[in-house]
Amino acid sequence: MGLEKIKKVSNNEILPLTISKQESRLYMSFIYVAIISLLIGGLMGLLQTLVRSNTITLPWGIGYYQILTLHGVVLALVLTTYFIIGFQFALMGKTVGISLKQRKVAWLSFWVMIVGTVMAAITILMGKASVLYTFYAPLKAHPVFYIGLALVIVGSWIAGFVNWHQLFVWKKKHPGEKSPLLAFMVAINMAMWFIASLGVAVAVLVQFIPWSLGYAETINVLVSRTLFWYFGHPLVYFWLLPAYMAWYAIIPKIIGGKIFSDSLARLSFILFLFFSIPVGFHHQLTEPGIDPVWKFIQVVLTFMVIIPSLMTAFSMFATFEITGRRKGFGGLFGWLKHLPWKDVRFLAPFIGMLAFIPGGAGGIINASHQMNAVVHNTIWVTGHFHLTVATTVILTFFGISYWLIPHLTGRKLTPQLNRLGIIQTIVWTVGMTIMSGAMHIQGLLGGPRRSAFSEYGGTEQASNWIGYQVAQAIGGSILFIGIILMLYIFIKLAFFAPKGIEEFPIAEEEEDAEPTPMFLENWKLWIAITLALILFAYTIPFVDIIQNSPPGSPPFSWPIGN
Amino acid sequence: MHLHKYEKKWLIFGISSLVVFLIILGFGAFWQGTHPQSHGVTIDPENVEANEAFRPENLGITKIDDNKYIVNIVASAFNYDFGTDENGAPLKHIRIPKGATVLFQITTKDVVHGFNIAGTNVNMMVEPGYVSSIETVMDRTGEYTVVCNEYCGVGHHLMFATVEVYD
Repeated sequence: MGLEKIKKVSNNEILPLTISKQESRLYMSFIYVAIISLLIGGLMGLLQTLVRSNTITLPWGIGYYQILTLHGVVLALVLTTYFIIGFQFALMGKTVGISLKQRKVAWLSFWVMIVGTVMAAITILMGKASVLYTFYAPLKAHPVFYIGLALVIVGSWIAGFVNWHQLFVWKKKHPGEKSPLLAFMVAINMAMWFIASLGVAVAVLVQFIPWSLGYAETINVLVSRTLFWYFGHPLVYFWLLPAYMAWYAIIPKIIGGKIFSDSLARLSFILFLFFSIPVGFHHQLTEPGIDPVWKFIQVVLTFMVIIPSLMTAFSMFATFEITGRRKGFGGLFGWLKHLPWKDVRFLAPFIGMLAFIPGGAGGIINASHQMNAVVHNTIWVTGHFHLTVATTVILTFFGISYWLIPHLTGRKLTPQLNRLGIIQTIVWTVGMTIMSGAMHIQGLLGGPRRSAFSEYGGTEQASNWIGYQVAQAIGGSILFIGIILMLYIFIKLAFFAPKGIEEFPIAEEEEDAEPTPMFLENWKLWIAITLALILFAYTIPFVDIIQNSPPGSPPFSWPIGN
Repeated sequence: MHLHKYEKKWLIFGISSLVVFLIILGFGAFWQGTHPQSHGVTIDPENVEANEAFRPENLGITKIDDNKYIVNIVASAFNYDFGTDENGAPLKHIRIPKGATVLFQITTKDVVHGFNIAGTNVNMMVEPGYVSSIETVMDRTGEYTVVCNEYCGVGHHLMFATVEVYD
């Protein structure tokens, strides 16, 4: 018996670890919420495009801005956060393990987030919080909406604390060893998330909640917006980095290759930690009250974040080419043919990678200081983030789901489901090309985002916009078919696919890979540089904003229909 | 740390492109003065008339010199106040001669709004407590739609006006 036990322990030390049933239940719970959000949020998106194309008017007094708020909150905040936390827990469980205590705290994070999500959802459904997911002051939502959002963030912090503790415990057990790549990446993403979401947490706790409850008469609008965007841009990297985790460390395994470079992957994540946060002003370029010199400084810092993305692009295609050549496919592009195009676990994320080329280029335009005025708050921006988050990130998340869900539920991705997944990926690509393309063009023609159907007094410009809105409705309808397909695949994989063992693909390094330098694990240094960059980018302009503050704003709830 | 030689070339090319791009942006911003709108003048949103520009008689378009105009606007949910015509009816349409230099000044009495003359670079956030302002030359004739492009409430999509640039 004793020997048996020892043997078991040593088995557990071999990477990758196995995921127990109890762990699976935890990880799947997060993913269930994500998939329900996909359905609700996607339905709202479909309705929006139908309203904007003047195809339907909403029944029962439902407001356009109410469903727009629901779409933004449910997809941008709920779906992403739940999927990411569930996926990251699974990665940690697979690479460094989770203790019983850690699992209990992880469940706490789940329930805190659920309570927060339900609170926010109820206020939105009652029409008391039609303030969109950015909740810009001085529009005032019901206080419960803000409290709900705060709980979602606090819940995600608890998850982050667990992740760090998991890595900490592993490092204690393995002195002098480099941490598993995926665990390192998760810890970086949660560090970035924690530092960034402190900003919005301060805004919500110190400004919005007291003000919406009536304890504070006025709110400092520009301070609240600055705190929001201090969080709002890193938020998009919080979505993107889990996709990068899959690209760096999982896709190579799926295509039968190795990790291109462990140290480059780590370095790119460290650069993301540095340059994701001190860049929020590029969302505030056309705002009054902020010194344009500091706007420009943050534009420069924004552009630094392109470097790790360039590194990622190189690594991906290097992995593809090396793997192909090793399999004996020569020629300039012969290696492209070997890629497993018929494996949805590869195809969906690969199309996500391709979408990031125009998506990233569009992002560079948005952040380009004076050029921002051409597109600011036009529907071009909506088209942009439907390429980045709603294609690059979500197709990668779908690509992960095809193996992660059956792995956790003890089932298999069957050839039929794989084929259906490929159809889903194509449907998504077609729908998004039409919708996002129409949004980009309409935006360049000046069409605004976040607006219900309007003829704007019948001007020629406005009548030109409507054709593009019809195209968006066509794209949106195709995308909704994609969502129904995904939901069907999900239900199959979670409950009905044949029992079996689906691989949890984690790529390895080359046997003769250069050793990863230990300085990459110098956490104190990375956090210190991150904080120094934030202080540099924000201290002077923030003090300036506060010192030159106008009188604050009282709450306004009638404009949102209350 | 080891970098593949192609990766070095790729990164050198990529980073140099970034540097060139930023130099162009910086040249435009600092030497040619194309900074985005960043006006620093504050105002009491509950008493915008304390600023002379936003008194009722000064709203709308005013000619101040040969080929120079000022347009003052007060935004509120869900309206742009360009002043009134001689009959006292609210103005929703202004006319500007082609090639004129126009200074747009706008503030809000309530929530955050946008001010975008669609198809031009006049695109500003309008926030309570601040004056947003931008000077521009209107050098293409035509009718332009002014849209509020920041969500301001249930009537957000009904907040618009028109600007006509004539020969």
